[in-house]
Amino acid sequence: MSAALARAGRVALVPALAIFSALAVGGLIIVVSDSTALRDWSSFVANPGRALSTSWDVVSGAYGALFRTSLGGRRAISETLLEATPLVLTGLSVTFAFRAGLFNIGGDGQFLAGALTSVYVGFSLDIPAALHLPLALAAGVAAGALWGGIAGVLKARTGAHEVITTIMLNFVALRLVDYALSTDVFRRTGRSDPISKQVLETARLPRFSDDLRVHAGLVLALVTAYGVWWLLFRSTTGFRVRAVGASPSAARYAGMAVGGTWVLSMLVAGGLAGLAGATTVLGVRFSLTGGFSNLGFDAIALALLGRSHPAGVVAAALLFGVLRAGATGMAAEASTPVDIIVVIQALVIVFVAAPSLIRSVYRIGAGRGTGPVAFSSSWGS
Amino acid sequence: MTAATRAAGVLTTSQAAERRRARTIGVVFLLAAAVMGAGFGLGVEAGLDSTFGLNVRGTGAELPDLVVPSRLVAAVLAVVCAGLGGVQLARGFTRRLPAVAAVVAVCFVAAFLTWAAAGASFNLTGMLQSTLLRATPLALGACAGVLCERAGVVNIALEGMMLTAAFTGALVASAAGDQLVGVVGAVAVGGLLGLVLALLSIRYRVDQIIGGTVINIFALGLTSFLSQKVFSEYQELNSPGVLRVVRIPLLAELPVLGPVLFANNLFVYAMLLLVPLLTIGLFRTRWGLRVRAVGEHPRAADTVGIDVLQVRYRTVVLGGMVAGLAGAFFTLGSVGRFDENMTAGRGFIALAALIFGRWHPVGALAAALVFGFAESLQSKLAILSTPIPSEFLLMAPYLVTLLVVAGVVGRSRAPAADGQPYVKG
Repeated sequence: MSAALARAGRVALVPALAIFSALAVGGLIIVVSDSTALRDWSSFVANPGRALSTSWDVVSGAYGALFRTSLGGRRAISETLLEATPLVLTGLSVTFAFRAGLFNIGGDGQFLAGALTSVYVGFSLDIPAALHLPLALAAGVAAGALWGGIAGVLKARTGAHEVITTIMLNFVALRLVDYALSTDVFRRTGRSDPISKQVLETARLPRFSDDLRVHAGLVLALVTAYGVWWLLFRSTTGFRVRAVGASPSAARYAGMAVGGTWVLSMLVAGGLAGLAGATTVLGVRFSLTGGFSNLGFDAIALALLGRSHPAGVVAAALLFGVLRAGATGMAAEASTPVDIIVVIQALVIVFVAAPSLIRSVYRIGAGRGTGPVAFSSSWGS
Repeated sequence: MTAATRAAGVLTTSQAAERRRARTIGVVFLLAAAVMGAGFGLGVEAGLDSTFGLNVRGTGAELPDLVVPSRLVAAVLAVVCAGLGGVQLARGFTRRLPAVAAVVAVCFVAAFLTWAAAGASFNLTGMLQSTLLRATPLALGACAGVLCERAGVVNIALEGMMLTAAFTGALVASAAGDQLVGVVGAVAVGGLLGLVLALLSIRYRVDQIIGGTVINIFALGLTSFLSQKVFSEYQELNSPGVLRVVRIPLLAELPVLGPVLFANNLFVYAMLLLVPLLTIGLFRTRWGLRVRAVGEHPRAADTVGIDVLQVRYRTVVLGGMVAGLAGAFFTLGSVGRFDENMTAGRGFIALAALIFGRWHPVGALAAALVFGFAESLQSKLAILSTPIPSEFLLMAPYLVTLLVVAGVVGRSRAPAADGQPYVKG
């Protein structure tokens, strides 16, 4: 028991320090950009106490508001879980591809492909809920899988690097959605701005309670996380995926179909991101507007923070859910722009991706499970 | 089966693949000709004329408008392309294929414009001018990428570097009251982010794609945060104005060429100078040989006494500075103010131009011009009210890049060691 705890502690040490460091640097940025705190710092020599206490007030005010609006009460926690739902799924998407040695930064495009298709099924069909909701979800998964699969096929057939192709596919999806929302098929009647028709009641994900926005997509995401864990670590397919990820040439030598595994992994990864899009439009928004969700980039942080393990990704998604849900409250109460959350997320990625940076800051030795992260090889060949 | 027959078999399969590719290209030419003839030629009512304006207001010598019969021009261009496609199918242009493909592409665009402008007027010079202007940040960004990636460091952080530099340019220029100081500030910040990318990927050996992604996210977050926090309170810090247009004496008076090439702001001239300089530097000097050696085969470079890591540090910082110049264009060369996320994915188009341009400065410029043309065409088509949705033109750069990396049209290969950290040993 204590050995297991110690191991868990070692594994969680770098992520925990990374989050702490990111919040600390974020606090510094909040202080530096606050005019009152800056004025007090300019008279630091005359009154050092005031500068310190003002800074403390500014930072604790901002972070206090952040945690109050994300964890303080039933509704706040509901909002946090709501934010975490798509994050779990996109995080799993990047994780699955990572395990196959692929870098899926196409989460945004796959999310949009899934959301667009789900919305279409959601508003266009008039069938009973027992059929409608599963069909709308499946359509989103299929579209996301298709969008991810393109990158997988290009990689397997032509060797085109998945980072380049997924970036390009992101923007193609973005423009495609813009176009779709300008057509009469998708655009809500009587509106000139790009917003889709409303998803019918029969295709909406049920809520846990009438006054809370968190919906059944959360359960779906957690079940999917278990499924991904099983697929990766308990099935033959998962073994093949991980073998290809560890060394494509060794896997090929062992007789595994490397190209096929890449295609499969991108299909699964795309499908997971597509499901994130589907749950978002069927669970919360009930319609689609243009633009990136930026969930695809958050997902990279989640996969790194969760050490490319489904359980770790769920934990990381909950943490990011706290940050995202709290950001709006922080903006309202402490007038700290929500974008500080984006900065904190970027810092988390740096600190997790560069364990040697964290180790040199905190002067801790190298341990198991803290090695440098390297996924992609040269993108030329 | 003897070794000789096996070798012969291999040879014939590769020849067959080449022949198949040649045939595909011939069919593509014929298809283009068909679209031009049937779509752009017959799609226009007989007797309509297309008018192309050649003058930009207040500059250069006055030229009469170019008026051509729409249907006839499209038909002639279609016949030219059909002929080229036929020759390609019959015997194939081998060495001259790229040039022939370029001719077909130009004919296609010309036929398209004739069709779009049928019965209307279209300012050709204005179009070229805006193409060059829109291509400038893309070409500069792609050149920044060429520098980093030729030295073996993948740079997907172009977007973040450009965005941060755009912000800094606006802030510094407003504070100093001088736009040139703003440009210097933007270039410095670009170099700083280049240093961050270099440190992350060289010293801390973070995966270079993650390093680049971090810079992109960080740049978006920080510039949005600061512009809400600072610029909303002190608006005078976000009013740098735009660098003025410098007209080159005499040359600016030339018709068409004058307004397009010789009446621009500093950024366009800098870009037009940088591309040849970088080409000579990379491919004709000792410095360039070192940079490329480090990017292609760092171990070999190390063996002959080149300090691989130092070359990488310097080149990536230089690349960051060029990306900074590209970013400054948005605030100081075009809009005159910083808006949140104002680069809006242009850094990724620059990345696409870098790949489409085969990691070469001249190729990058050509790709940037193509993408800049697509972008300015998109804004002009709205006026001409053609049935083509503008979203598809905006999609063009990404689709072209997908085709290129997949090897459908030509092949684009990165430097061999691009993205790989170098460990001495």
